[in-house]
Amino acid sequence: MKYAAKRIAMLLLTMAIVSLLAFVAFDLISGDPATAMLGTEATPEKVAALREQLGLNRPLMVRYGEWLLGFFTGDLGVSYSYRQPVWDLIAPKVLVTLCLSGLTFVLIVAVSIPLGLRSARSSGGILDGVRTLVNQLCMAVPPFFTGILLSWLFSTLLRWFVHGQFPGLDKDLGGSLKYLFFAALALAIPRIAMTVRMLRSTVQGEMRKDYVRTAISRGNDRGGVLYRHVLKNALVPVVTFLAQTMAEIVASSIVVEQVFAIPGLGRMLVSSIANRDYPTVQAIVVILAFWVVLAGTVADLLNQRIDPRLRLGGAA
Amino acid sequence: MNKTRMNGYLKAGLILTGILTALIILGFFWTPYDPELMMAGPKLQGPTWQHLMGTDKFGRDIFSRVLRGAGSTFTIAASVVAIGAVCGTAVGALTGYFGGILDEALMRLNDALTAFPSILLALVIISILGPGKKYNVIVALGLVFIPSFARVTRTAFAALRDVNYVKSVRLMGASNGRILLVHILPNTMSVLLPAITIGFNNAVLAEASMSFLGIGVTPPDASLGYMLSEAQGMFVAAPWYALGTGVTIVLLVFGVGLIGEGLQRRNGEVA
Repeated sequence: MKYAAKRIAMLLLTMAIVSLLAFVAFDLISGDPATAMLGTEATPEKVAALREQLGLNRPLMVRYGEWLLGFFTGDLGVSYSYRQPVWDLIAPKVLVTLCLSGLTFVLIVAVSIPLGLRSARSSGGILDGVRTLVNQLCMAVPPFFTGILLSWLFSTLLRWFVHGQFPGLDKDLGGSLKYLFFAALALAIPRIAMTVRMLRSTVQGEMRKDYVRTAISRGNDRGGVLYRHVLKNALVPVVTFLAQTMAEIVASSIVVEQVFAIPGLGRMLVSSIANRDYPTVQAIVVILAFWVVLAGTVADLLNQRIDPRLRLGGAA
Repeated sequence: MNKTRMNGYLKAGLILTGILTALIILGFFWTPYDPELMMAGPKLQGPTWQHLMGTDKFGRDIFSRVLRGAGSTFTIAASVVAIGAVCGTAVGALTGYFGGILDEALMRLNDALTAFPSILLALVIISILGPGKKYNVIVALGLVFIPSFARVTRTAFAALRDVNYVKSVRLMGASNGRILLVHILPNTMSVLLPAITIGFNNAVLAEASMSFLGIGVTPPDASLGYMLSEAQGMFVAAPWYALGTGVTIVLLVFGVGLIGEGLQRRNGEVA
């Protein structure tokens, strides 16, 4: 329990640092938001009035505090390019990106764990070479290229979904999930290859240990030892790896959303960067970063449940 | 483990990467057609001997464009890895070898930075530097790649700090600089080289992703990522454009990935 409390405190601290960095960085570069919002209509009087209205004349830390509070109250400032509250713009998109990364994650876990364990049980020979080549090839395919091929195959050729017409989660949940599934597939392929490879080398490393030899020499069959003893010990690095996978999914989903024309946070982020719409960029970056840091914390907490040795504070 | 032995993966990877590198270098000096020349051939023509990868809807020769684009993707990835490896190794060497408060502080910062997905961080830096310029992409990705190299080399330097041969040269009066550069650095190659191959591939994919999104390299500079986003728009009319570009990225990453696999097997890290 003490460990969990410490870990959560660390999580909050990291989030505070991340958001402070984002706030200060964008505050420094974005120049004067009032001038930016008024554009060509800017006169000194109008700028001064808007500055007062937006509360820009107060100290940085006060504004940071208020902005951070905005994540709970839903007030994240006003977008420069849409002239709408940032919160209203991104709130519907958060759920879409969340669904996409969730779906991808489930796909990765469901495919790579059985596959990784299977491939760990055999080694050497021609089959191993073929497997390594296929693995390296899958890792080499960028998700946006697979995305183009998949959307051509399933949309243009087979007409299983209509590219560019995302139904919307609230209107047609089943249709939306089907649409997201193909994007998730493109995202998952290289990560499945990496997870299989990682799982394989971890399990094989564990299989060479003394306790496994003892268990087998006492007459247990290899499969039983693998599932009952080895898996438990090999799980800790795998959970950590899967948390990093979450971070990578978030990153590549930015690109894949573009390929499949999915109205998620990633697409919003890209267009906001192109338009130099800093309040929106700021909010999205912090939300994505929080999501990643949270995944890391959950992984650490899970690991500490899996391996009691970690609860004593020792490094694994 | 025999450190100099070649294995199949290493050989295949070196051959594939060698061929691609030779083509890319050729592309800097000569391409079959001017990559930007409109109507170099008929519009939307499939692969022929005149146009190995066909032509796009402006009649531009895709093979020439791919050569040019691969050249700039390759240059960017190589520069990014150079920045990341040199700065990262410097940070890793200093923190791993000397330890202390500096080590603690830099490693905590490192932890915080590696928690970020690399593309996200690069996008933030790009949005600060200004999108659409080749050098900004190199700087943004270069900065993003420093922490991972620092982490890998720090472990290696810290492990070698107190081994006997280092102690003995220290007793013989070698300076810290000499110990780091002449005695420890060559022995970190077994971890640094695979890290460089992985870093190179990540850099290729990151650059291609950013250019695909239109915030990395943009015309008039060529880039495989940007070309792929262009190709997506005409996939039905000219699938060879997307295939030619995409397969080039895949082969580039696959070749270097095989080299990495080979190196790791040579070190006995993969069974």
